[in-house]
Amino acid sequence: MRTTPVLTRLAWRYLWRNHRRTIIMLSAIVIGVWAMIFMTALTRGMVDQMIKDGISVLPGHVQAHNPLFLDDPSVSNRISIGDAELSRMFDPLSFKAWASRVKVPAVITSERESRGVTLLGIDPAAERAFSFVTYDDVEGRFLESAEDNAVVIGRKLANTLDTRIGKRVVLMSQDPDNEIADRGFRVAGLFEASMPAFEEMYVFVGKKTAQKMLRIGDATTEIVFVGDDYRDVEPTYDRVRETLDGDLKVSRWYEIDTYLGTMLKVMDGFVLIWVIVIFLALSFGLVNTLVMAVFERIREIGLMLALGMKPASILGQIIIESMMLLAVGLAIGDLLAWATIQPLKEGIDISAVAEGMEMMGASSVLYPKLYLYDMLLANVVVLILGFLASLSPAWRASRYEPVEAITKVG
Amino acid sequence: MNIVLRLAWRNLWRHSKRTWLTIGAMVFSNTLLVFMISIQFGMYGLMIDNTLQVFSGHMQIQAPGYKDDQKMRQVVPHVVQLASNLRKELQTDTIAARGWAFALASSEERSYGIGVFGVEPVFEPRVSNIPGLIKEGRYLRDPDATEIVIGAVLARNLRVATGDELTLLGSGRDGSFSAAVVHVVGVFESGVVDIDRNFGEMPLETFQDVFYMDGAGHQVVVSAATLDEAELLQPKVVAALPGGTDLVVHDWDALQPGLRQAIQADMSSAFFMYGILVILVAFSVLNTQLMSVLERTHEFGIVMSLGLKAGRLGRLIMLETALMGIIGMIIGSITGAIFTSWFTVNGLSIPGMEEMAANFNLPARIYPEVTPWTAVAGPLVVFLFTLLASAYPALRLHRLHPVEAMRAN
Repeated sequence: MRTTPVLTRLAWRYLWRNHRRTIIMLSAIVIGVWAMIFMTALTRGMVDQMIKDGISVLPGHVQAHNPLFLDDPSVSNRISIGDAELSRMFDPLSFKAWASRVKVPAVITSERESRGVTLLGIDPAAERAFSFVTYDDVEGRFLESAEDNAVVIGRKLANTLDTRIGKRVVLMSQDPDNEIADRGFRVAGLFEASMPAFEEMYVFVGKKTAQKMLRIGDATTEIVFVGDDYRDVEPTYDRVRETLDGDLKVSRWYEIDTYLGTMLKVMDGFVLIWVIVIFLALSFGLVNTLVMAVFERIREIGLMLALGMKPASILGQIIIESMMLLAVGLAIGDLLAWATIQPLKEGIDISAVAEGMEMMGASSVLYPKLYLYDMLLANVVVLILGFLASLSPAWRASRYEPVEAITKVG
Repeated sequence: MNIVLRLAWRNLWRHSKRTWLTIGAMVFSNTLLVFMISIQFGMYGLMIDNTLQVFSGHMQIQAPGYKDDQKMRQVVPHVVQLASNLRKELQTDTIAARGWAFALASSEERSYGIGVFGVEPVFEPRVSNIPGLIKEGRYLRDPDATEIVIGAVLARNLRVATGDELTLLGSGRDGSFSAAVVHVVGVFESGVVDIDRNFGEMPLETFQDVFYMDGAGHQVVVSAATLDEAELLQPKVVAALPGGTDLVVHDWDALQPGLRQAIQADMSSAFFMYGILVILVAFSVLNTQLMSVLERTHEFGIVMSLGLKAGRLGRLIMLETALMGIIGMIIGSITGAIFTSWFTVNGLSIPGMEEMAANFNLPARIYPEVTPWTAVAGPLVVFLFTLLASAYPALRLHRLHPVEAMRAN
């Protein structure tokens, strides 16, 4: 294609011959592209946060349980491998983080009220990577070690229980023989969670203390692992399975929290649909602009054909014109999207609808998240569909009969 | 026909392809808007109705502070009497009294902390879905039997089936220790894990005995057929409360604060999307009309030098746009309504969405309904914005100089 540079130059000049039209079309493309990317970044940010919050509370990326535990969460269905053995198995594998914990349903009782909660017996050092509680923000103090004798509960729960730091509460659950196992704890700290429901649901105690109270030696009920990327948990999953060799039920996070799993899939679909819908709305204007651009220079096109320019070159020129328009629009749109998302990285406060977001499982600060993949997707979709949209006017232009076209009164 | 109108109409069809493309943009977004708005608002209605029907009802009468603290001692005194008085006074059956307590429920092998509701077996089915969701056994019958119905997940966790015994341990209204043995007579399954795992229902009289309630309860639930009726009902409920009490009436918004906010959050993202669509269409129209003005510069020059005012020409442009807009609006509304109606009959289900839907108390298959409002609202906005978009080309005419314009071609 020796003629390409010439065609490119011609196409560029034609674009600016009617600069008003070009600028209007360009603005439409820019707004469209910006909206595609901006909206995608917002939803991505929301889902990301939901999943990160969701994963850090419970599942990690991969979990292992006694096969019976998920249906019957009781210490009778605990993990038979002791803590010492687990460390020997998993410490050398260099996961980003892993922890074993005692997680059982329990009842917490203050002097005035009782509530059902989930007791988490943890080793605070190992759990730092998972916890939805930032240890430093806890009012009072967080647990200091696995042997800690105190309990840390949510602020909201403390309120319903009418208790406060320094007061005593009783935690009650079952031991392996189904006898009531209970123990008094002093409230050492109150935590706040981004999702208020967590404040009512979880209470933290030291792992060793919980094991002693439940009379289960050094056994636990749940092992959690964090790998590199929550979107790709297979490597972690495989390694855990290999190491455990069929003794325990290993699950990926989206099998434990199916709601979050579906949410992620639905959002991937949504992004594509959104990009295509916006493009279709754009395409009418795009085709219109090209049709007009062809129509008003029918005579010129006829003249060029009569002078011996090949129809293929005319076709090429119109397509190059539309590609240039799109490319410039995309470049500006991408930049604009980046420029608007960047300052919002610190988070958009949407606490006005916090409880509604909680219903969806999201927290009240939205962090828009720009993925290269999404940006590429938007750009590729626009270019490919734009190419297809410009085919018809370009084809028509290249099929003109030179004589007819020249004599046409425009 | 008015001469200007005829002129505008003919001008439109000078470039029929361009006109159709522009109308196409309108029809596309109008169809989409009708469809999405129909689904959206249909879904909100369902979400509200279904969520409220499950359990909370449209409004509740409670002691002040109970909603936030849920403490045993924040009671509604003589709750059964109050509910029956209200039923008489407001002439409706959809009112029921309840009590609530936290208890440790123990089967032979397992113990879990659960919420226990005391309900009126006759009236509860009129304010809540739970009695209709019994999948094993039966719902409560006698007002003073020692029986309980529990959720399916709870039954599995406790390893009990109908006929088995449960021991309830808790504390009464005065803080004293209370205990009871009850028979599981039914198991309900709503499909929402949080509901199926967390509570049981027993007859209110039994509940009052066990927890030393002394005739009191914690809430009177009032349901209505629709949300609008509920709004009308609320002042009547307030008026019907006995004088001298400090009881409060909470509407659904206060009972389920997450619901309205979830809807608001969803609405704001939906409106952002609609806004973008409308703006893109407006740009498309702006472009078309600007083109059609520019290519007619020569002829506008002639008619202006013959004495036609720029304002009149401007109105012509606006009229052309309006005609286009009206065609787009009519076709768009109709195609949108037809498209949506297809789903009204066949239902719309998105594979993989069932779980998300259940989380918001929505059925897996949604039947959107076209109302005159949903069919017209979106297209009307598009129409207004296209008119607005044509203002720029129309106003540009004022800058046109007849002699220079005639020279242009």
